[in-house]
Amino acid sequence: MPDIQSPLPGTFYHAPSPESDAFKKPGDAVEASDTIGLVEVMKTFIEVKAEVSGTFEGYVAGNAEPVQAGDVLAKVG
Amino acid sequence: MAIRKLLVANRGEIAVRIIRAAQSLGIGTVQVHSEADADMLAVRMADEAICIGPPPAGQSYLSVPALLKAAKDTGADAVHPGYGFLSENAGFARAIADEGLVFVGPDADIIDRMGDKAEARATAIAAGLPVVPGSKGRVEDAAQALAAAREVGFPVLIKAAAGGGGRGIRIAHDEDELTRLAPQARSEAQAAFGDGGLYIEKLIVNPRHIEVQILGDGTNAVHCYERECSLQRRRQKVWEEAGAFGLSETTRQAICKSAVDLARAVGYHGAGTVEYLYDDTSGEFYFIEMNTRIQVEHPVTEMVTGIDLVAEMLRIAGGAPLSIKQDAVAVDGHAIEVRINAEDPLRQFMPFPGKLQSMRVPEGGGIRFDHFLYDGYQIPPFYDSLLGKLIVHAPGRADAIDKMAEALEKLELSGLKTTIPLHKALASSEDLRAGRVHTQWLEPWLAAGNLTETA
Repeated sequence: MPDIQSPLPGTFYHAPSPESDAFKKPGDAVEASDTIGLVEVMKTFIEVKAEVSGTFEGYVAGNAEPVQAGDVLAKVG
Repeated sequence: MAIRKLLVANRGEIAVRIIRAAQSLGIGTVQVHSEADADMLAVRMADEAICIGPPPAGQSYLSVPALLKAAKDTGADAVHPGYGFLSENAGFARAIADEGLVFVGPDADIIDRMGDKAEARATAIAAGLPVVPGSKGRVEDAAQALAAAREVGFPVLIKAAAGGGGRGIRIAHDEDELTRLAPQARSEAQAAFGDGGLYIEKLIVNPRHIEVQILGDGTNAVHCYERECSLQRRRQKVWEEAGAFGLSETTRQAICKSAVDLARAVGYHGAGTVEYLYDDTSGEFYFIEMNTRIQVEHPVTEMVTGIDLVAEMLRIAGGAPLSIKQDAVAVDGHAIEVRINAEDPLRQFMPFPGKLQSMRVPEGGGIRFDHFLYDGYQIPPFYDSLLGKLIVHAPGRADAIDKMAEALEKLELSGLKTTIPLHKALASSEDLRAGRVHTQWLEPWLAAGNLTETA
């Protein structure tokens, strides 16, 4: 099952804003071009694309948690 | 009462700058830091350091309770807020004063007053400063809008009176366009804000951004002349100069005097900056806002006046009267500052929080590099991307641009992507050298491909 990794160090978010639902929930269909989360790095928000297609299995990194480049953010089956 | 022990409530290069100023005055220093900043340069330089929370700024550098506790736990008697973070937060200034500590900056009431756009504009008008001409309050229909536009002169901006953030702003170049656009603007404002009221403001085409440094002790105020900050990307200043190029001496004196008038009118205490739009075509300037803190670009003013602005802030906050008289403030030569950010200018300025392998810094008379770097430093990803500021000082503007180009060639921050290539390209721009630049110049220049891999 492919892992989606963080392209940059920063703070990972599951949703586009604190009031919104998460980009994906387990069982959702995922296209390679879909955004699955945001990494905030130096006050800039970078969209994290799935880059694989399949079924979303869940987030690995917590919402609003610090992540390092290469950390697994989520899994797609 | 003179400050004995200063809490530095900031991070990065400005924390280093504040510690140096405090040390020059024999003031003890306490550096706060988040868990992500335990190894930053300011922590190594300060007499003491204290952790105030986890990496996110909201739980550390923006946490008033955490900062107050740090001040009390370390026995600090004053707090310097730097720039950004809580530097213009009246609640923070008030909370510090309520604890019986000194806030290095103006009173909370002045921060409140200057932080409110409408109140700042009214205060500036009352102090005799020119502001961007606009309708006297709101206009309700196309006829009123037309009357207001005729009075301020075309082109005009049509804004929602209740709006903000640029939403729904339209430009009308003539009466026909205004008559056509005003009803659209009105219904959009009604839909977006539940209020169809409009505001008409004169559009200053391709304005320059000029600002004046002031210092006040509550009674007296002086200016330290002006800075040119027209090179901006996404409203962030990129390259700054002291003074502004091509100003007549009459205009320079008028703009500087108006800043002092405003500082006196509010009984300003500390260092501040009065910002203006400048219309190159008409030679008119217009007040836009006042910043009640030290600014990133303060070093260019220090280079041309020889005044240590941060040390002066600390003296004033400690209760001393202004140590500088206006007629003793003189400008010597020209200074330029460029902001070195951890961003890749060749990839849409993508942030690059990497590890600095090694650094080589240009040295010599008239060169200054304000930064918080050391060999092996890992740049944390949680804060803004400013790494440092390269500043040069030379007899004239052309010499200063040449000197900046040379200094940039000698500055190496290996292991990082930075905005150094952008500044090298700017230093060789004929438009910049000739002064054919304004606040709307840089972004189209970048979009036109003036910055390339080989630049």
